[in-house]
Amino acid sequence: MTALEPSTTPGSSAPGGLAKSVVALDRVVIRLAGDSGDGMQLTGNRFTSETASFGNDLSTLPNFPAEIRAPTGTLPGVSSFQLHFADHDIMTPGDAPDVLVAMNPAALRANLGDLPGGGLVIADSDEFTPRNLAKVGYATNPLEDGSLDGWQVVAVPLTSMTLEALKDTGLGKKEAERSKNMFTLGLLSWMYHRPTEGTVRFLERQFRRKPEIAAANIAAFRAGYNYGETTEAFAVSYEIKPAPMAPGRYRNISGNQALALGLVAAGQRAGLPVFLGAYPITPASDILHELSRHKSFGVRTFQAEDEIAGIGSALGASFGGALGVTTTSGPGVSLKSEALGLAVMTELPLVVVDVQRGGPSTGLPTKTEQSDLLQAMFGRNGEAPLPVIAPRSPGDCFDAALEAARIALKYRTPVMLLSDGYLANGAEPWAVPDVEDLPDLSVDFATEPNGATADGTPEFLPYLRDPQTLARPWAVPGTAGMQHRIGGLEKADKSGNISYDPANHDLMTRLRQAKVDGIAADIPATDVDDPTGSARVAVIGWGSTYGPIGAACRRIRRSGREVAQIHLRHISPFPADLGDVLRRYDRVVCPEMNLGQLALLLRARYLVDVQSHTQVRGLPFRAAELAAVVQDVIDSTTPTASTGGTQ
Amino acid sequence: MTTSPHVHDLGMPGTSIDANIQQAIADSVATQGEKQTALKAKDMKTDQEVRWCPGCGDYVILNAVQSFLPSLGIAREDMVIVSGIGCSSRFPYYMNTYGMHSIHGRAPAIATGLAASRPDLSVWVVTGDGDALSIGGNHLIHALRRNVNMTILLFNNRIYGLTKGQYSPTSEVGKVTKSTPMGSLDHPFNPVSLAVGADATFVGRAMDSDRKGLTEVLRQAAEHEGTALVEIYQNCNIFNDGAFDLLKDSSTGPMWTIPLVHGQPLVFGPDGASCVVRDDFGGLRIAETNQVDASEIVVHDATREDPSYAFALSRLSSQDLRYTPMGVFRAVRKPTYDRMMADQLEEARTGSPGDLGALLAGNDTWTVSA
Repeated sequence: MTALEPSTTPGSSAPGGLAKSVVALDRVVIRLAGDSGDGMQLTGNRFTSETASFGNDLSTLPNFPAEIRAPTGTLPGVSSFQLHFADHDIMTPGDAPDVLVAMNPAALRANLGDLPGGGLVIADSDEFTPRNLAKVGYATNPLEDGSLDGWQVVAVPLTSMTLEALKDTGLGKKEAERSKNMFTLGLLSWMYHRPTEGTVRFLERQFRRKPEIAAANIAAFRAGYNYGETTEAFAVSYEIKPAPMAPGRYRNISGNQALALGLVAAGQRAGLPVFLGAYPITPASDILHELSRHKSFGVRTFQAEDEIAGIGSALGASFGGALGVTTTSGPGVSLKSEALGLAVMTELPLVVVDVQRGGPSTGLPTKTEQSDLLQAMFGRNGEAPLPVIAPRSPGDCFDAALEAARIALKYRTPVMLLSDGYLANGAEPWAVPDVEDLPDLSVDFATEPNGATADGTPEFLPYLRDPQTLARPWAVPGTAGMQHRIGGLEKADKSGNISYDPANHDLMTRLRQAKVDGIAADIPATDVDDPTGSARVAVIGWGSTYGPIGAACRRIRRSGREVAQIHLRHISPFPADLGDVLRRYDRVVCPEMNLGQLALLLRARYLVDVQSHTQVRGLPFRAAELAAVVQDVIDSTTPTASTGGTQ
Repeated sequence: MTTSPHVHDLGMPGTSIDANIQQAIADSVATQGEKQTALKAKDMKTDQEVRWCPGCGDYVILNAVQSFLPSLGIAREDMVIVSGIGCSSRFPYYMNTYGMHSIHGRAPAIATGLAASRPDLSVWVVTGDGDALSIGGNHLIHALRRNVNMTILLFNNRIYGLTKGQYSPTSEVGKVTKSTPMGSLDHPFNPVSLAVGADATFVGRAMDSDRKGLTEVLRQAAEHEGTALVEIYQNCNIFNDGAFDLLKDSSTGPMWTIPLVHGQPLVFGPDGASCVVRDDFGGLRIAETNQVDASEIVVHDATREDPSYAFALSRLSSQDLRYTPMGVFRAVRKPTYDRMMADQLEEARTGSPGDLGALLAGNDTWTVSA
């Protein structure tokens, strides 16, 4: 390892030549846990950035309560951040941590159950006071009573050491204490040989208007680093080599960030102004925040009075020629369904982003779930089909946003993009694309009449469809001679006038469905990951389960079994060959973070006996658990000699 | 980007529309000729059969609007009429402009997105008392406070017509309808009070049958920069016939109508017998002209920044329509939302023109070599 020390600070070398060994690891899972006010998310994000710039592959899982500040020191107030980083390609934030940093007794109590025996606990011993212990029901101090004997425990007075490090800064005790997360980050940075310049730069940038706070945080960060280097409490530091990655330029990115950038890119590649109408909602608000910073790209963001106005304004902007976008979570989609119907009827481009969270109703605002799929598919009155797509990883949210915009603009339809809380807040390294390689999304506005009246006068028929795509022409207000009226009442074919004619309604209903179905010809065939090509069992998923399912499939293959992984980007319509692909397998397993919504669609559509495996714990699947489930299916399907069938 | 000469300039220098939209408009002009602004009432009509009940007040309003709009000198192509749901909301189908007949109560929200992203357009909302004040109440008040450049025509017939005769949020207490056989219980909104309470920059009221008065209020509303609300009393001859007869009847109308003329004293009634003066609590009251000194009579000032005067004016009238001010209550200048939004975009572009490659890369990248 080279150049990992922070800039030279007096006392940074180990006194007395303390011998420290370095252990090489291929992967580590660290979980930082503390009070919601302890800055665990910030600490986690900084450690992630350091790790990303070091070149490890990584995956993160922030997990925090819906309350901004639950009562201090209580179990409901615990906020955590899990980071998995490795010297190889990884797909999940890790099933269980190897290291748990507990900033108080509540954090220990809430997270210890997930830490396998022998795992490392680093605890802030200053916070293990009788009062704090009592708050979470510890009768005695677990750091001292032997109850943690099954784990390695390093009790460190993080708070008092932070105060000591900052005693000359003139900051009050309360203010100085707040830097203990940076002390902790410094300690971890030493333990795992993380580069530190990025964090110093970040702190200088973040607190540029409060230089004394910046200085205090940097001092605490360095003190933590130096403490690691000098203390006897930590005899070992760890080295995790960079992961081999395809050549290119990388950055660390979260799902919400990637989605927002994808929308900006879509507007640029379409040559259209982006208009976002949105109402704040967890976990989607960060997309609104991010897009509101990109006005220089012609992006207009409108914080509406409610979810309905969010989609309404976006649809109004689409009528005017913008790429209309609205972002929300499930409860917001409920409110938007009426306007979604109008978007289906008026056949205007619109991107609707649903960052799913636990439901129903207010549900679990900060936890992840995939339970809005059927709402996206069918949650409107009447036959109101629309395309539904889903990203598979945080970085993939960028491509999914571009694809949603592509379909919306080409087919003049609302498109539902289903992200979720795990993708939204999770982060991973992302290969920065070249702008020239992004798809061309340019559109043709209608500028002249496309029909004629009985007497031969040219006229504009707003519902005369493109024979290939079945999309209707998009003539924006201001275009000469193209005045027309659209709305929610049934349209007469071609003219778009109000029509109550039975045959016309039947025709239009089928045309709207055919338009969406026809998109199947414009999307890639089903992507099947089956290295041997002879698997008898396939696992199919969609959305953020890609990582855990992929990791489970790798485990299964390492055990000598064969399994195929199919992960869907497009759910409405499905890829044209999906039915044939599924029928090739003896068994199809569908893990979902709902009660079997994709499985229901697949079974209904293809009459394939899809086996649903579900979980709604507000957390991603654990790869090991998924692997066990699929392995059972494989072993009960193919009594192969190598593994010994169970039946 | 300069504004195309083909785009009607609504007095909003500095704003520009997107190049591709501008190009489409220029292309359409190239193939079909310049957009016409010298128009007549018949040019505003469509080939669609008007389907309101015979005798409906909506016909009168439609005719007045079709006759008036050409005087604005705006091309039909640059006008958009957005409506919600209800009898009045069929309006766009009968206007040879761009239009959207949307969903119940949401027209102000849809129009906001359109007007905010296309400041070059003249955007109108047509709505009713149920549409705007019941199901769409939230959108209405927020549109008004935001001051997006658009004109909202609220047809108030004090009844639900399209659903066949239930009481509405402007029906008088005790209204006997299909849904209230023993009389309605809830207190009505006064739309003008509501709009002034939401800090609307322009609020007016007119009568469907008063072509001259309606046209004058519409003219001022159309010229106003920002959100303008015009309440139009409209007779529903099927479910609430004669609702405004007290004000329409030549024998009672002058007695109960307070005409609002900017700069003129508020004197009304036969022979100017009645007038408006200040009361002891900072509000307004009706007085007999010959009982007060001329200097006590309030001179109407629609431009007062403080909305309490316009609010006090709106409170003079009772549920049974006695002492109803008609005309422009309030017309004040404030920056419009769409203009400020365009300015922010312009400022951001000037500060750092968007570089997509740089945006995607962000601040912290690392490179993996082959």
